[in-house]
Formats: sequence, C-alpha cells, structure tokens
Amino acid sequence: MAKKMKVSNHAIKETTGDKVFYAVNVLLLGLMALIVIYPLYFIIIASISDPDAVLGGEVILYPVKVTFSGFKKILERTDVWRGYLNTIIYTVITAVLALVVTIPAGWALSRKNLPGKKLLMIYFIIPMFFGGGLIPFYNVMSQLRLINTIWAVILPAILSVWNLFMVRTFFEANIPEGLVEAARIDGAGKFRIFFSVVLPLSKAILAVMALYYAVGQWNSYFNAMIFLQDEKLYPLQLVLKEILIASESTMGGSGETILEQYRLANQIKYVSVIVSSAPVIMLYPFVQKYFNQGVMMGSLKE
Amino acid sequence: MAKDKGSSASASLPLLGKRGSTQSPDKSKWTQRMKKLRENYPYFVMLLPALLVVFLFNYLPIYGVLIAFQDFMPGDPIFSKYTRWIGFQNFIRFFQDVQFWPLMKNTFLLCVFGFIIGFPLPILIALMLNALKGRKAAKYLQTIYTAPHFISLVVMVGMLTLFFGRYGLVNNIIAGMGGERFSYFLESSAFRPMYILSSNWQDFGWSAIIYIAALSGVDPGLHEAAIVDGATRFQRIIHVDLPAIMPMVSVMLIMSIGGLMGVGYEKALLMQTDGNLGVSELIATYVYKQGLTGVPDQAYATAIGLFNSVINVILLIIANTTSKKFSENSLW
Repeated sequence: MAKKMKVSNHAIKETTGDKVFYAVNVLLLGLMALIVIYPLYFIIIASISDPDAVLGGEVILYPVKVTFSGFKKILERTDVWRGYLNTIIYTVITAVLALVVTIPAGWALSRKNLPGKKLLMIYFIIPMFFGGGLIPFYNVMSQLRLINTIWAVILPAILSVWNLFMVRTFFEANIPEGLVEAARIDGAGKFRIFFSVVLPLSKAILAVMALYYAVGQWNSYFNAMIFLQDEKLYPLQLVLKEILIASESTMGGSGETILEQYRLANQIKYVSVIVSSAPVIMLYPFVQKYFNQGVMMGSLKE
Repeated sequence: MAKDKGSSASASLPLLGKRGSTQSPDKSKWTQRMKKLRENYPYFVMLLPALLVVFLFNYLPIYGVLIAFQDFMPGDPIFSKYTRWIGFQNFIRFFQDVQFWPLMKNTFLLCVFGFIIGFPLPILIALMLNALKGRKAAKYLQTIYTAPHFISLVVMVGMLTLFFGRYGLVNNIIAGMGGERFSYFLESSAFRPMYILSSNWQDFGWSAIIYIAALSGVDPGLHEAAIVDGATRFQRIIHVDLPAIMPMVSVMLIMSIGGLMGVGYEKALLMQTDGNLGVSELIATYVYKQGLTGVPDQAYATAIGLFNSVINVILLIIANTTSKKFSENSLW
C-alpha cells in the first residue's frame, strides 16, 4: 500500500499570519453554514408552532406551543396528495424514458468510428445556444395535440443535451477500448456489446443521470403551468404555487379577517414546504456521492 | 489452353480482385460509404430517439420562429402562399413599445447584478473550503451548502414570502418590536435584492462543486514547493489554487455570459406582484404574457423572443472571442 505523502506541519512553523487566515476562514465558512441552515431550520420550527406565536414574532430559535394541527390540515388536502402522486408518476416516467433516450445515444456518440459524427455533434450543439422561443415551442405542442396531456410535461424533459454530452464523456473515459475490441473479436454485434459489456459497467452514470433527470422533473412547474388545464393532472409544484404564492400578491388591507386568513394560510405554507421538500433534501446526502461523481465526469474533457 | 489455365487459376482464388480495386473510383466510394452506414446502423438506432426528441422540441420551434415576420393568427400556415409577410414590423413595434426600455433595463440589471455576485461566490467558497484543514469538515460543509439547490423554485419563492411577506418572519419581528410592517413584495426596491440574494443562496453550493472538483486535482507537489518557498496560505491560494482552476473559470464565464439575458424568468414570474412590476417585468416574462395570456399576440411575442435569443448569441460570441484573445481558453 502506498503511503500518503504528508507535508509535516511540525517541520515548518505556522506563522501568525497563517493562523489568522485559518481562523478567519473557519469563521466565514461557519457563518455561511448558519445562513444556509437557519431558514430551513426556521421553517421546521414554525411548522410545529402555534400560528399566533409565529405571527407575533415569538418563534425565532425554537418552537413555541408545539402543535401538529398544520400537519393534520395538510393531510386533508386532496389536491396536495393528488399533486404528489402526479409528480411521482411524471418523475418516474421521465427518468426511465430519459435513460432510454440518453444512454444509448451517448454511447453511439462516444464511438470514434461513427459516420457523420461531426454533423451529429453540431446537430445537438446548436439548440444549446439558439432556440425558437416559448411561443413556437407552445405551438409545436399544440400541433402534436399534446396540450393538456401528461406528455407535454414529460417529453420535453427526457433529453438534455448537457446530460447527453456528460454521458458521452463518461463512456469515452471509462469504457476501455480494448474491452470493446475483445468483445468484437469474439463475434459480438454492436447491440450485444452495448447491452452485455457497456451497461454493466455504467452503473455510476446511470445513477447520476436518473437523479439529474428526476430532480429536474420533480422541481419543475412552468411546462405544467402552460400546458395543463385539467387540475387533476397538476403536479405538486403547481399545487404548491397556489398555496404558497398566489395568495401573497393580493394587497393586504388591515382588519381582523385578513390577519386571520394569513394566520391559517401561513401555517399551511410552512407545512407544505416541508412536505414537498423533505423527501428530496433528506435523500440528498445519501446520493451526494453520485452527484459529485457526475460533475467530475462532466468536467473531464479530452 | 493458356486461357483456360488462367481462368481456372483466378477461379480458385475467388477473393482476390473482388475488393473493388478493379472497379471505377466513384462506385467504390459510394459502396464504401453505404457499407459503413450499414455496418454502423445499430448506432443510428441508438441515436434515433434522441435525434427525434431534439428535432421535435428544438428544431421544429426554430422553424416556427418564422411567424415573427408574419401577420400571424393561430391556425395560419407558416410557410405557404397564403402567409402574410410583414418583414421586421413586429420588431420595430417592439422597439417603439413603451415597455421596451423598462424591459431591457430590468432584464439587464437583474442579470448583471446577479452575475456580479453570483459568479465569484462559488469560486470563493470553493477556494475557502479547499483551504480548510479538516477534510471531513469540508465535506460536511459542502453537503450543507448544496442542500438548498434541491428546493424547487416554487418552494423558494414560497419561503421568501414566509420570511419577507407582509406577515412573514421579518415583519412579525418588526411588528413585535412595535415597528410598521413593510411590504417587501409590493415595493419595487426590494425585488432585485430578494431575487438575487435568494438565487445565490440556493445555487452557490451547487455551483461550487465543479470548482471543488477542479481544486482537488491540483498537484500537492505545487503546494509543497510553495510552502518551502515561504508562501503563506493566502499566497498559496493566489498562486497555486487560482491558476489551477482558471481554465474552468474561463469556460464557466463564457457560458454564463452567453446565457445572461435569458436568466430566471420562471422565478421572476412567481415573484411578480402589482407593486413591483416596474422592476420585475423581464423580456421573457413579457413574451409569456403577450403570447400565452390575455389576448395572445403570438407573432409579436415570437419576435421579442427571437430578439432575445439573438442578443444571447451575440453575447456568447463576444465572450468567446474575448476569451480567445486574452487566454487559451474558449469554447471553440
């Protein structure tokens, strides 16, 4: 086992300048961590606090008069749960289709002997920098008769050129040419090579791609907003939009009833933020390893 | 007799001479190309779905851009003898629109300020994390910083209302201390700071990953040499770390500038209120409203969208050319 070459900190004494640097560094980074954590923390404690206490500004560092009534109310909202179900369906279908579309194409593009490779690359690169815009995109959907169907939300999301190139880079860097050549000599056809040799070695990129596409679809709202008219098809984000935002743009007057409305509305808001974001945020540390790998794959060029 | 011998000799060596060397050059190239295509057809099958998706959702809309130059009603054919071409009228109408300068200003300011804060921040954080002594602490912090990235736009704006809304945390504290509630969402002055700072809060950790990855690839020998030369930790950052990530920074810089004017309309749309429309109406949100809400004017909206795309391409080309002149890094 190779020994790690450690720079001995004892041989050269740390200057005061360096000590200050390290201290300041830790301080600033710690401050940054607080700035990131506190809002999330606040949402959690506010969601289990008494709404009046929250409204009165009493809830700052810890929950006040713990209550789970907010969570009970959310359980009653069928639109939230239908939205949840829809989002799960859209996300799973998107991830599966995205893998089917992106992975084989990335493999093909990684092959040196692919005829017309340059043309194909240009074909995929152009849309990254220039597009028709929102209205023509809408019109295409309209002509394909996909308006107000789940496919209007799913299909545009199943290929991202960024991801396609990341897959290509992964294959270029991680599938040894010799392995492919050996399989070819053994008489395997190109399809066989892909399914029997390449895929088993591709678990990392499959995981990263599935995650990228899934998170993208889970969090999206805009396509659903412009293409879906049937409320039963709304994904979670669209339902949340009504709960969290639509109510804020009304001019606030004074008076008891407005206060009362806000009090109850805000409680639902805290809970819905948690209910919708918690799954993603809690899963994240476990899959962080894969995401980091994914970025490294993307940054490895030639 | 000699002829028979010759022909039987060539018959017993059937493979020689069929390779195309006796055929004319044109036919040989064509058959070679067809052969290559036929040999590689599995790759084209693998590419087919991707080609189709990109064609449908990227190239077909580009064709649809033509309506920007027409007097277009939904249902009209895009390219036939019945289309009513009006040239650049829609564009001129946009330039004369009373909204034109406000839109340009709002979009430009929002994107530029966002960029000024948002571009260096991940780099700084990456450098600072890299300079931490404990690797475990750095990993923990990185996980924390990256978490907000997974919050959706809707939830992010929702959180903004929970903190800065009329009955949000900040106002509740102010009211609790006897002050007056301030409508952050209805005042123009609060829009840009809220938008930009929350975007940076959400994205800096995720954007830092790519720089952290680049930094972890730095040769430790360089750092050791610097230490021996008497460099402070700070000097090591400037002279070892920073140059190491410069290529990555250049590429990210070019890409960011290229996409600059297209940023963030989905979020702005969510944050818009009657009160802040003066600063929150961007080119892209205007396109959405003109084209898909109210009484849609599709040709006009498409023209504006095209104008926006063209600006992006120009910015990208400028950024790339400039980068080529001053460094070796560029996209093409």
